[in-house]
Amino acid sequence: MDKIKCECGHVNPEGTVLCEACGKPIEGNQHIDGNDSKKLLNMRYEGSARRSQTYNKSIIDKIWSFFSSVKVGVWLIVIALIASAIGTIYPQEPYIPADAISRDPAIYYEAQYGITGKIFYQLGFHNLYSSWWYMLLLALIGISLVICSLDRFVPLYKALKIQKAKRHESFLRRQRFYSQTEYVTQEEKQTVIDRLKKQRYNVRDENGHILAEKGRFSRWGPYVNHIGLIIILIAALLRTTPLMYLDEYIWLDEGEEKVIPGTDGKYYIENKQFVLETYDEDDERFQEAIAQEGRLIPKNFQTDVVVYKTDGNNITGTEDREKYKEYDIRMNHPLKFNGYSLYQSGYQLNKFAEITFSIYEENDTDAKPLDQFTVDLSDPKSEYELENGFHVEILQYYPDYYLDDGEPASKTDDPNNPAFVFKVVPPENKEPETSFVGDVIRVAEEIGIDPENQELAPMSNVLGQFATNISATEDNKYRVSIEDIEFKKTSGITVRRDYTLPLFGLGAIIFMIGVVQGMYWQHRRIWIRPKDEGIMLAAHTNKNWFGLRKDIEKAIAETRINMVEDQQELDS
Amino acid sequence: MDHLLSISSSALYTAFILYLIATFFFGATIKDKKSTKKSKAATIGITITIIGVMAQLVYVVTRWIASGHAPVSNMFEFVTFFGMCLVIAFVILYFIYRITVLGLFALPIAMIMIAYASMFPTEIAPLVPSLKSHWLYIHVTTVSLGNAILAISFVSALIYLIRQIDQSDKNKRNAWLEVVLYVLFLFIGFIVITSVFNAAGYAADFKYSENGKMVSTTYHLPAIAGPHDGELLTEGKMEPLFETPGWMQGQDAGRKFNTIVWSFLIGTVIYGMVRLVLRKRLGAFIQPYLRKTNPDLLDEITYRAVAIGFPVFTLGGLIFAAIWAQIAWDRFWGWDPKEVWALITWFFYAAFLHLRLSRGWHGEKSAWLAVIGFAIIMFNLIAVNLILAGLHSYA
Ligand code: HEM
Repeated sequence: MDKIKCECGHVNPEGTVLCEACGKPIEGNQHIDGNDSKKLLNMRYEGSARRSQTYNKSIIDKIWSFFSSVKVGVWLIVIALIASAIGTIYPQEPYIPADAISRDPAIYYEAQYGITGKIFYQLGFHNLYSSWWYMLLLALIGISLVICSLDRFVPLYKALKIQKAKRHESFLRRQRFYSQTEYVTQEEKQTVIDRLKKQRYNVRDENGHILAEKGRFSRWGPYVNHIGLIIILIAALLRTTPLMYLDEYIWLDEGEEKVIPGTDGKYYIENKQFVLETYDEDDERFQEAIAQEGRLIPKNFQTDVVVYKTDGNNITGTEDREKYKEYDIRMNHPLKFNGYSLYQSGYQLNKFAEITFSIYEENDTDAKPLDQFTVDLSDPKSEYELENGFHVEILQYYPDYYLDDGEPASKTDDPNNPAFVFKVVPPENKEPETSFVGDVIRVAEEIGIDPENQELAPMSNVLGQFATNISATEDNKYRVSIEDIEFKKTSGITVRRDYTLPLFGLGAIIFMIGVVQGMYWQHRRIWIRPKDEGIMLAAHTNKNWFGLRKDIEKAIAETRINMVEDQQELDS
Repeated sequence: MDHLLSISSSALYTAFILYLIATFFFGATIKDKKSTKKSKAATIGITITIIGVMAQLVYVVTRWIASGHAPVSNMFEFVTFFGMCLVIAFVILYFIYRITVLGLFALPIAMIMIAYASMFPTEIAPLVPSLKSHWLYIHVTTVSLGNAILAISFVSALIYLIRQIDQSDKNKRNAWLEVVLYVLFLFIGFIVITSVFNAAGYAADFKYSENGKMVSTTYHLPAIAGPHDGELLTEGKMEPLFETPGWMQGQDAGRKFNTIVWSFLIGTVIYGMVRLVLRKRLGAFIQPYLRKTNPDLLDEITYRAVAIGFPVFTLGGLIFAAIWAQIAWDRFWGWDPKEVWALITWFFYAAFLHLRLSRGWHGEKSAWLAVIGFAIIMFNLIAVNLILAGLHSYA
């Protein structure tokens, strides 16, 4: 429509600031790039016509202009930055420590951090990075990125393709690097051209008008890296779908076998054994550090597993199957097969499996048990009939016993530190008694054992003897004490299948190519325009003016040509 | 073994001394006519610097052999390594721009880093399973180098600001500049006070309750701020003047807070003495010595350092980090505080580049941004480990 014809004959699209061919500033459009108030021309997009700067009528134009503004883009980035920082003030929900007062976020933040913690929780900052508004922010950055890039890439590409070696005088004069020389011989000019070629410049000569150019491809760097970022954002979006991303967790006791979740019953996994190794306290290299730490430092977590494959129709999973993989899963060494990855991600050394209790006569010095019973902690019964006529009822069971402000309570439902209140009915229906038994972990900790990293099994009966044992009344006739404990080692395995990983990888590679392309190379151009018996010399680069200056110095050395002057007005 | 370790620590010590000597040679170049001209002092300075780097590489290699893992796995090793990267980054930019004042500022900052690192436990520590991965080394070394190159932009920006900011009267800009210089003194304060009491072997035990459990801790500095509700166990040591406020949480909050209080105290005293001697703002004192430096060139170096450092940082801090996290913790990104702060750093420098390129933030604005960027890097390097505990907390 409103195409603009320049005096050099080139027809420019509407909104052009500098003629695409000869660079002459186009009257009436100079305000767009702020050239009207400055001596130097704004060369950022070669003065090409960008949609965002040209049309501003319809609502679409407005939205387009909004998102293509770098100002808006930078604001979005800064907001994302601040939001991210806020999220690190207190731990995010998954990082609430295991030994916290409570792992319930509604309680934890206020209890631990007071009023600010409560506000943190109520504003939803404990799950900030998966909140809708944080996602939205990232999405907006993505949109801005796409529009911004499209807005500039196409016109910039055209302008650089169309550019002529012959440039308008005013274009040259208003470059940051510029000089004029009154008298230059043909030979001198040729020397300069040859030297520029030697410095790997592409030299174009149009009737004595010279354009020497190198590194134009670096101008595409930002667009390439933005494509990489978009791919990463798309991958992140896809990852929210179960089709592309599977994430499961299983606990496996030693010797236990389970179906691997998410595999439609095709694969089974057996935990042959779990191994925890710690550093030797006497290792001369690490002695001091271990002593400083004051506890055992783990060296290796490992689960030796066997994976079985079945045809998937089999319900029990015990027939018609083959041993598929045998592997020792260690931290940093996941087991991979068929798109699945199994990671070592948790363990429990001292999960209580069974406890055997004995009943003694109180104050009996040469202790002989009167009766015995065993509680299976995966399936505790409420009553036990014993061989010698005793009868025991479980009045209270705390699987994970601790004292909450002096009140007995259970932290979790897992038998990590069992404690019981028993009702003991002696033979022949004598007077029933109650007693409290358990809390073995406290005993272990008190004698300086670290139940996280050290197996309790070898000392289970010693620990049992010292376990808490309280009679309800002063005159209890019988005492229930722990005779033996069987522990189970159990291993936590994460099962992952993530089809988006290659996409993330691709995005990252493209991003890296783009930034390196844009940062480690620069687009340098040097123009020479004959004027009377001399020349005008001007140069531009998108970055690294120091390098450009050195190139020019080398090219014009020992000729009469004047060195370019830096015409930039610094803001200081 | 002990033999190797003693070689290792003397190599580090040698490197430190060499950096110090090199700084003096770079200082001598200030009197040269033009800052970029080749001078004898500059040649000697850069040569000694490079020998210093080699000495520090000897430290790295011998310690690696002695411990069996790359020495980048605790606070001491990591910050020392960062100090070395800072010197390497300076050498790289020196050979591009041949500007010696850069060394005069970069080397002392690297030395402060190394001295600071030495205040942390220097014993060789065993690696927990999650850290046993080649990706750890690849990740940590690349991030360090990336951070160091970005830090050079802070160095040139600082020189730019000292040179350019009007010191004829008191104003907001030179006040902020003074704050930046003052912060460097806090590090010096920390180093001085820790060395003094380490040499004296000071130790005072405290008992206090944390999450309902009784724990004890050892102060190696006299307690100005004691643990919250704490009780001094060692006899004959100073009773705390006040208690650490209860809202400061986390492991050993009291001891860390006490260290910070001391650093402020001593740093302020040293800074105050310097001011008393000079009788003017530190910025105003240094400014005349920088007259001959070219502000345009400094501005360009600030940008160039970011341009070179940004891709390296992205590769090490985000991409390699993600690969390691994927292998070790089965997720490449977990919003752990250290990860988030790497992302923040990345966002920040992306904003820096966009502001410069598209909104024409050059010169002073750009220099201030480089200062803030460095503050973010230091926060991630030091504070996140000490304050916002997470998977990466080495210290
Ligand atoms: C976190 C997200 C982003 C990153 C990491 C990023 C990265 C980059 C990088 C490294 C450059 C090259 C800068 C230079 O050469 O100095 C660049 C240029 C650019 N970016 Fe971004 N960018 C991001 C978001 C955005 C957004 C949201 C916009 C939209 C407003 C945008 C618009 C641009 C533009 C217009 C250029 C300049 C292109 C040129 O002048 O040649 N970027 N970006």
